[in-house]
Amino acid sequence: MLHFSNLKIIGIGLVVLLGFLFSSPNFMDERTRLSLPGFLPNGQLNLGLDLQGGSHLLLEVDTDVVQRERVEEVVSDVRQALRGRQIGYTGLGRIRDGVTVTIRDAADVELAREVLAGLAQPVVANVFGGLNRAVDLDVEAVGEQTFHLLITDEAILARNTSTLQQSIEIIRRRIDELGTTEPTIQRQGATRILVQVPGLDDPQRLKALLGQTAKLNFHLVDQNVGAFEVVNGRRMPSGSRLVYTDTEPAVPYLIKRRAMVSGESLVDASIGFDQQTGSPEVNFRFDSVGAKKFGEVTRANVGRPFAIVLDDKVISAPVIQTAILGGAGRITGSFTVQGANDLAILLRAGALPAPMNILEERTVGPGLGADSVAAGRIALIVGFAAVIGFMSVSYGLFGIFANVALIINLFLVMGVLSGLQATLTLPGIAGIVLTVGMAVDANVLIFERIREEIAAGKNAITSIDLGYNRALGTILDANITTLLAALILFQLGAGPIRGFAVTLAIGIVTSVFTAFTLTRFFISLWLRRQGRPDSLPV
Amino acid sequence: MRTLKLVPSTPDFKFVRYNRRAFVISSVLIIGSFVAFFMQGLNFGIDFKGGILVEISSSEPVDIAALRGRMQTLELGEVQIQQFGTPTDVLIRVAEAADAASTERDLSAVDAMRQDLEGEFEIRRVEIVGPQVSRELIQTGLLAVVGAIGSMLIYIWFRFEWQFSVGAVMALVHDVILTIGVFSLLQLDFNLSILAAILTIVGYSMNDTVVVYDRVRENLRKYKKMDISELLDIAINQTLSRTVMTSVTTLLALIALYTLGGEVIRGFTFAMIWGVIVGTYSSIFIAAPLLIQLGVKRDWSEVQSG
Repeated sequence: MLHFSNLKIIGIGLVVLLGFLFSSPNFMDERTRLSLPGFLPNGQLNLGLDLQGGSHLLLEVDTDVVQRERVEEVVSDVRQALRGRQIGYTGLGRIRDGVTVTIRDAADVELAREVLAGLAQPVVANVFGGLNRAVDLDVEAVGEQTFHLLITDEAILARNTSTLQQSIEIIRRRIDELGTTEPTIQRQGATRILVQVPGLDDPQRLKALLGQTAKLNFHLVDQNVGAFEVVNGRRMPSGSRLVYTDTEPAVPYLIKRRAMVSGESLVDASIGFDQQTGSPEVNFRFDSVGAKKFGEVTRANVGRPFAIVLDDKVISAPVIQTAILGGAGRITGSFTVQGANDLAILLRAGALPAPMNILEERTVGPGLGADSVAAGRIALIVGFAAVIGFMSVSYGLFGIFANVALIINLFLVMGVLSGLQATLTLPGIAGIVLTVGMAVDANVLIFERIREEIAAGKNAITSIDLGYNRALGTILDANITTLLAALILFQLGAGPIRGFAVTLAIGIVTSVFTAFTLTRFFISLWLRRQGRPDSLPV
Repeated sequence: MRTLKLVPSTPDFKFVRYNRRAFVISSVLIIGSFVAFFMQGLNFGIDFKGGILVEISSSEPVDIAALRGRMQTLELGEVQIQQFGTPTDVLIRVAEAADAASTERDLSAVDAMRQDLEGEFEIRRVEIVGPQVSRELIQTGLLAVVGAIGSMLIYIWFRFEWQFSVGAVMALVHDVILTIGVFSLLQLDFNLSILAAILTIVGYSMNDTVVVYDRVRENLRKYKKMDISELLDIAINQTLSRTVMTSVTTLLALIALYTLGGEVIRGFTFAMIWGVIVGTYSSIFIAAPLLIQLGVKRDWSEVQSG
């Protein structure tokens, strides 16, 4: 156990060197660090949001809305397809996850089956690749003349996946507009998105930006019937619907269901100021298709009002003065500067495919983060010093060997964390401090064993050899159990706790190396100088 | 060279003789934990209960009564205000509305609180946990504890014999129950980081137990005819110095964290300190003597793995 081949010595040296190398960027100032040559690691510890301050938001995409929209589409597809072939039907409507329709004439059933089956489209290749031939609709005959068209699980999955991807893309665009550094936007599970934005001064604004779907539509106002009359119980004209303003009190507007132009045609939006009043407004531009459409509708409706509707709320309802042909326009309303700016951001980034709910928010201010770093650092230093002092007085020279190993262990942990760019959180620092306390356990086990062997009358070298040998099994068993706990913690994994699991796990692995291999190496070096000592400084 | 020894070089304590007393003490503590748990439950933090938590600080001591009055005018529902570490630091908690289905109300409540508090106070931390998330955290939390203990059971079974595995797990469950018990008794905030502490305690206590068990197994092979309680005493005494040393170094590090690591992780370090003490006790007084009750195998003549 005490003989080290040259290869092993090189291996040990290399591990220690790498530890120093990867942890070194943490001790450099920014300039030196960035001027390091490319082959040297230059990553610093990646501080978690609880240490550097920032916002963590867990969002849920309301995919039900998307599925409902899809069912509506299928309803209208069925209607069109059956009408196109002049098949009489009745009872067309939605059922859970699909559509039901009954064919009037038994003679048409076969044809209807064909027509309806033709509506099924292959599911756009998803993560599972192109091999599956799944279609998006299952056509089932229920009874003699009734069909159910059910949206398949594959189709739901594919649609949810793409909804989530689009949402992530749009969230990214919106956050990028805030000009913050390195936001993390990740998919979590089937319907969730985790957003982490470090060092943000205004988390409320972030939430406001993410909480809006930002679906913008331009609708003509229905002037045949007054909106207030409908509110008071008059029958709603078909093809129209009621929307309200976002003001207090809310003013109702009766608008045409069909949008003149939808916000998807927008290519640009920016904040501007009214030339007369100086109040903020939002300028926008349509793409060529949108511009053409907008031009046509405005030309045909000069003198009539239209409503600008954002997420089902009327922002403003100006009267069309002249045909707007250039494809550019402006939205005025009771905006604040930030309000107008944010709306411009939202319009530029595009609408979310589905509404999102905030499930969880954790925001840490920069002050608390800095305090936590300071507290963690002091606790680490004091805890470290206490353990080192205690080991020295308990085990003498061998204790000092263990201490050197402990210090190197700290560099290794830091090096691995920096190299992997794992996130260091406050519980993570606790994990390191705890590893300091527990890392010496292996050495304690070994040294106690050596003492025992000496007490049993063995000579020095045999005692050391036996001590290491016999302690190894125990060390492994003891550390594997703790490692198991750490792995489960990692799986449990909410942000800061996951940071704790990571440092604990890394600490366990590195500490077994330093406490077992490194101290043994030190002792073998010491023995080589001592020759055959009669007693051991343990 | 003279070195510090907390434990005499060749200790000869009769631990197993105290096993009845230890079982009685532990039973009383476990029953006490259950009573506390069923009488007053756990003081669940925001992670498991949902709601809002806002930490604010000021340059001067905060007048909590005045602050409470202000929060009441915002009509947020059930508001709890308490000092957090220092008189200048305050924690405001708003309970989840009983019928809450989403975080919508919470979000607007935080808006209102921010508007009211900003400028005058530094808003150090805002946490909102919706009902869905808190439910999931409870589920995954329970699953994690059960999973951790289960995996220990299997690992020890694999490495030792079933008696060791059952004994170790009973000691673990003992530690977990006592930790939950003390949090219930003192009504300390029980949040996600306490759960993490419990899992770490599971790892630590297992670590301690394994060391003792390892020596028990070694002695079982060495002394085939020795009386089992004497054999256990020897094993515990042989490892006692290590048990004490490791507990002390770990406690040193933890006490440094507890006193200097800041208010945010104080609950976590408290749980850990408690767990290390309870875990050390249980390895010596519960896990080892349990091997007698469980009827540990005496014939280790065949070659064993490990």
